[in-house]
Amino acid sequence: MRATHFCSACGKVQPAAPVDYFTFFGFPRKLDLDASKLEKEFYALSRHLHPDGFANAEEQERAWSLEQSSMLNDAYRTLKDPIKRTEYLLRLEGVELEEQSKQATEKARVTGELKKQVVPPDLLEEVFELNMHLEELRTQKKLGEDDPALLEEIGKAKLSLEEKFDALFEELQGQWKKWDAAVDSGTEPDRMQIRDRMVDVLNRRNYIRNLVRDVNEAMEN
Amino acid sequence: MASDHIVGIDLGTTNSLVAFMQGDSPAVIPGEDGLNLVPSVVALDEKNQIIVGNAARKYLIETPERSVYSAKRLMGRGVEDIREELKMFPFQLADDMAAGEVLRIKIGERTYTPPEISALVLRQLKRNAERFFGGPVTKAVITVPAYFNDAQRQATKDAGRIAGLDVLRLVNEPTAASLAYGLDQRKNGIVAVYDLGGGTFDISILKLHDGIFEVVATNGDTHLGGDDIDNLLIAIALDDIRGDLGLDVRRSGESVARIRRSVIEAKIALSSLPSTTLDVELPGGKRYQREVTREMFERLIQPVIDRTVGPTKQALKDAGLKPSQIDEVVLVGGSTRIPKVRELVQGLFGRTPHTDLNPDEVVALGAAVQANILGGGSDVTKEMLLLDVTPLSLGIEVAGGVTDKIILRNSTIPASATQYYTTQVEGQTNVAIHVLQGERELARDCRSLARFDLKGVPPMPAGMPRIEVKFLIDANGILHVSAREQRSGKEAEIDVQPSYGLTDEQVENMLLESFDYAEEDFRQRQVIEARREAETITAALAKGKNNPAWQALTSDERHNIAGLEESLVAVKDGDDYQQIRNAIDALNQGTMRLAELMMDTAVTTALKGKAMDQTDFEEGTAAGHPVAKAEFE
Repeated sequence: MRATHFCSACGKVQPAAPVDYFTFFGFPRKLDLDASKLEKEFYALSRHLHPDGFANAEEQERAWSLEQSSMLNDAYRTLKDPIKRTEYLLRLEGVELEEQSKQATEKARVTGELKKQVVPPDLLEEVFELNMHLEELRTQKKLGEDDPALLEEIGKAKLSLEEKFDALFEELQGQWKKWDAAVDSGTEPDRMQIRDRMVDVLNRRNYIRNLVRDVNEAMEN
Repeated sequence: MASDHIVGIDLGTTNSLVAFMQGDSPAVIPGEDGLNLVPSVVALDEKNQIIVGNAARKYLIETPERSVYSAKRLMGRGVEDIREELKMFPFQLADDMAAGEVLRIKIGERTYTPPEISALVLRQLKRNAERFFGGPVTKAVITVPAYFNDAQRQATKDAGRIAGLDVLRLVNEPTAASLAYGLDQRKNGIVAVYDLGGGTFDISILKLHDGIFEVVATNGDTHLGGDDIDNLLIAIALDDIRGDLGLDVRRSGESVARIRRSVIEAKIALSSLPSTTLDVELPGGKRYQREVTREMFERLIQPVIDRTVGPTKQALKDAGLKPSQIDEVVLVGGSTRIPKVRELVQGLFGRTPHTDLNPDEVVALGAAVQANILGGGSDVTKEMLLLDVTPLSLGIEVAGGVTDKIILRNSTIPASATQYYTTQVEGQTNVAIHVLQGERELARDCRSLARFDLKGVPPMPAGMPRIEVKFLIDANGILHVSAREQRSGKEAEIDVQPSYGLTDEQVENMLLESFDYAEEDFRQRQVIEARREAETITAALAKGKNNPAWQALTSDERHNIAGLEESLVAVKDGDDYQQIRNAIDALNQGTMRLAELMMDTAVTTALKGKAMDQTDFEEGTAAGHPVAKAEFE
């Protein structure tokens, strides 16, 4: 059921209810979301909630419209992006994703602090080798040397990582469908299992994304 | 209702315009001189009267130290921000500026902040609109470059308030242009607006969908435009003059202003001609002349216009679009008249840009459309809705001098974000929050918007308090921040005070001062109008004396009228409005019978079958009281 945005008696805009983004749109907490349906709802609600429609309204109504439309925009921004949507739902389900987040990574990069990051076990060997190659590349660059064989090696590793990255997204989409089915008919343990699987997929995906970025930086500099 | 006109204003670096929705389409309101563009130039004349617009332009050359242009480049900026800028512009900062104060520019003996200078331009536009509507105009939509930061937006809003305008909305210039374009074309699709004006560059990418104008990405440079092109040419001319003529005129405001004028003329000419000549009169009867070919000009400006490429590519990347996915590219801003710029845009997008719209007017027209929407809309605008974005990411400084971004750039506005912070030291009762704007990772590389203290945090062990900070960017792109310590419920509401912004009190004072000036202006205008009225009346009377009706008056009546006329002539060139007014009214009263007789003559003549043009009346005087109160406006 959609949250109440308007008064049922007079049709006036109401203060934003503290609901989650799915409820704001009147959607169930499901992940395989129809993008065009979401956009249609977003446009329809925008027409009713945007402050432009309240330029001449009394102050209270204007404030509510501002609050409601900012929540609408925040909700839309989160739900339309598949990764943000998944992360958001996982947070609603009590998962703390901060350790793997981009923000935490950037903070660690800038401050030079070591970020707690677990290498996915199946990537251990590949990552170890890649890091060695990157180290070598940085040293060579400092000396002004050029080793085409090394660049090719790194390029291959990068391609393999990118393939894994894409595959993980497909895997995530597979988990969405399982999750959505479990929302309708699954048991609590079912849902928790799918939830944890999604956390794992996202963590691996973030890890690979950071790795690819490191590769790009090493190659550019 | 006349008092309900909401106007759309394009407050430009070089020119400003005011427009309104006339029936189904927006229209620009011309000034008294009949021109649509009001140059954003402010000057003080010999009598210390403020002159704005076309009339002020001559002072740029005659008394450069008493005039200012391109003040928009200074809006919302600090002294250190504009040090580079000041080298290129003849502005003089006030001598008595304190550290951290909003900068003030000298115009003659007076000093003005950039918002006050902009307010003078706005007030001229307001006056033009009031003259046009014959009633007060108090509400406006004002456009700003999409890439303006919070401080620049706030400064623009302040300028509106100082000018006595209730600024209902700040709209991004390229977005406004898209509204005018969309109203005109009524097509769905992806549109890129490339806006290169006098001082700023914006690129916006929008999705047009059944009346919804959704900005997907925007980027730009608030210090890139026609001014930079002019400055390149000026630098060359100054070098030439020093080398060839042995004259160093860099410090001569008048010469630089003359060069600037000649350079702008040349730049404009080169959009249609293969070559033109710079021609400048210099002190001591010397003269600088130089041929400039288009080829040379294009080579010279390439680095400037190339600076639009990075932002354009970034905007496309942020939108997740390839150039081939753009359905239409709309050009806005006077600098897009330069063929080389058009060529660059064509190369970037691989398509011929849409140039049907007048690049000087389209932003103001779009602002008028938005004004109409805010006023409740009309048949043609009722389905239209603008969804704009914030151009820059917003964040808070966290430990290690790092920016913690909490609202990312290109987020649809209004947008909000909530973050939780805690204390670092046992018993800490104050938490300083530093608000930043920009894309860089380190706080020192971002623009500082404001610092505020959350006071009265209950003493707790480090890390215990839970401080909720809520950021809200409103539909104007202006940030509001509130913070609350959740365990104690202690709340602090903060309106972001830009690091180089005016306080509310300062804005109020400026508004009051502007009222004083306004009254002065108003009295002057009254006098001028009364004078014109007096001239019309005496001219009509001169004609009346040739009418047979004049002879039908008694000699006493004729004598009386002559006396009243003499008194009017005696006072009409004075500065006392009331005196002129009284003399006009007395003469009006005294010539009442003459007017009646003239009417009778006219009627009799007409009845005799004579055509009106064969009588010695002219149309206007025959229609009524020959010395009726003249209508101006």
